[in-house]
Amino acid sequence: MEKRVTFKGIWLPLLLVLPQMFITAVFFFYPAGQAVWQSLFIPDPFGLSMQFVGLGNFEYLLTNSYYRASFVTTAIFSVLVTLVSMGVALYLAVLADRLIKGSGVYRTLLIWPYAIAPAVAGVLWLFMFNTRVGIVTWYLGTLGYDWNHVLNGGEAMGLVVVASAWGRISYNFLFFLAGLQAIPRSVIEAAAIDGAHFWTRFRTIVWPLLSPTTFFLLVVNVVYAFFETFGVIHTITSGGPQQSTTILVYKVYSDGFVGQDLGSSAAQSVILLLIVGALTIIQFKFIERRVHY
Amino acid sequence: MATVTLTDIRKTFGSTEVIHGVDIDIADGEFVVIVGPSGCGKSTLLRMVAGLETVTSGEVRIGGQRVNEREPMDRDIAMVFQNYALYPHMSVFDNMAYGLKIAGRSKAEIATRVGEAAKLLQLEPYLDRRPRELSGGQRQRVAMGRAIVRKPAVFLFDEPLSNLDAKLRVQMRLEIKQLQRRLGVTSLYVTHDQVEAMTLADRMIVMNAGVADQIGPPLEVYANPRTEFVASFIGSPPMNFLPLDVAGEVAPGAARLGVRPEHMRITPTDPRLTAEVKYAEALGAETLVHVALPDGTMATVRQSAGELQPEEGASVGLGWDAGDQILFDAKGVAV
Ligand SMILES: Nc1ncnc2c1ncn2[C@@H]1O[C@H](COP(=O)(O)OP(=O)(O)OP(=O)(O)O)[C@@H](O)[C@H]1O
Ligand SMILES: [Mg+2]
Repeated sequence: MEKRVTFKGIWLPLLLVLPQMFITAVFFFYPAGQAVWQSLFIPDPFGLSMQFVGLGNFEYLLTNSYYRASFVTTAIFSVLVTLVSMGVALYLAVLADRLIKGSGVYRTLLIWPYAIAPAVAGVLWLFMFNTRVGIVTWYLGTLGYDWNHVLNGGEAMGLVVVASAWGRISYNFLFFLAGLQAIPRSVIEAAAIDGAHFWTRFRTIVWPLLSPTTFFLLVVNVVYAFFETFGVIHTITSGGPQQSTTILVYKVYSDGFVGQDLGSSAAQSVILLLIVGALTIIQFKFIERRVHY
Repeated sequence: MATVTLTDIRKTFGSTEVIHGVDIDIADGEFVVIVGPSGCGKSTLLRMVAGLETVTSGEVRIGGQRVNEREPMDRDIAMVFQNYALYPHMSVFDNMAYGLKIAGRSKAEIATRVGEAAKLLQLEPYLDRRPRELSGGQRQRVAMGRAIVRKPAVFLFDEPLSNLDAKLRVQMRLEIKQLQRRLGVTSLYVTHDQVEAMTLADRMIVMNAGVADQIGPPLEVYANPRTEFVASFIGSPPMNFLPLDVAGEVAPGAARLGVRPEHMRITPTDPRLTAEVKYAEALGAETLVHVALPDGTMATVRQSAGELQPEEGASVGLGWDAGDQILFDAKGVAV
């Protein structure tokens, strides 16, 4: 049974949620409303007047090849970031789970990257892969590989993916480790006695029992890759070369603040808003349906 | 079917030794119960036989083969865990079929063998359910089913009944016993409940702090406990221990005298000592009379319901036959 706190009147609870409501209103509803409103207009080149265009901004976006390219870029980027960060995290969590001694130390060390702001993480990776003085670039050079993410779109994508995924590994690791440790040891032992070796146990017991955690992380990581990787991209590639790393969020910024096309930028924000809404609904639907064994 | 032999088994966790050299010889088809108080190392011993815990020193043999270095899956054993350890995301059928699937048995064979086990355990109506949709007793049966479908050489049980209520425990105890008789599989069963041990065991091993104090058939252990620990652990209420001088006995080398409550009687004629009745517990079929000896030691007398019950606070005479007493030395070993 769920325990509920009950209040006598309506005023105290209202008062208690008021600060949160206020913050949400000022920092979310107001700008979101503004974005929706602005997406229906185009400003004149001097920003002095606005002309109503209805859904014109959206129509333009959906037929614009750059915008569609950005969609594809975002899809590739999110899939890669999610796969890399979750894959590495799961691998580390499985290793840490098998440790009997000293797992606390590993856990603490593995959490550190999470404390680093995305922009700082971006700069860090940028230094290592700097085309002239980067230590990794130099090392790759000695192996005969000429690294240049400033010119090569694929390398640029690789770098932002690694930098974005890196900071995320800690977070995923913690959840995976907690998920693994919630699986009763005796269930694993029973499977071992039933004849299952490590990999079979992982495939048939651990992975299915971990699936609620995996699904939760999947949604959270996609949201992260979509919306919170701005700092990394801004510091490392600024969306280049040739827009090869311009994901949707970055395009909102570059069209709006650099290109000063506020109407289009606002329309893009609205589209992103719809995407994040959809992701949230999916998550809630599934989490509700997910049973606890 | 196989024999199980443990030779001077020791187990050390870090720097503390918790099993101090245990020797057991289990015959083919025998039902051996390890009984002892919490923390005495029963589970550790069983897990070493299962291969879930490494053996620090000594040798484990199953069917004559040394298995110390073998993985659990290569020992031809099945284990029933205290919390059942069912696979929560699989149906009852899949839980039982898991080991067979891994062994690469054909679909038809798996279906027959699981079907047989389900019939034997009356699980047929539940084959499609998940473990969480079953009652405790049914889960217990699934765990048993998972063990028997694989037709292992040895069954290992780690307190399989301790999560059940008292009534179900008695019923499942009988079922396990019958099942083992029918299948004739060598079994090693761990429990802290001495009644379970007495009723199930062909032979029982009484463990005390990492040492096997006594190994033998239940009635033999009950009648001739080798140590004070065994005497007090097996039997409920436990044996009475009286200082020799209080009991009025002279025996060189002995320090205490033990008498089972059912061998002690309240008698006005020719008592060996007198005691004061503190209180009596009438249990229906029998009455437990608790008395205080002159030196303050408490003792229990088990009377059948028909006998005359003494008043609380009354002074009574106690007697027993010399043949029913056991003498223990200062270290607690029977002399
Ligand atoms: N993994 C471990 N690390 C360190 N000590 C352990 C470990 N497992 C068990 N022990 C210790 O070994 C001793 C025996 O434990 P064991 O689990 O075998 O007891 P038990 O007889 O099964 O008790 P219970 O009836 O409570 O299950 C205990 O003192 C316990 O603290
Ligand atoms: Mg135990």
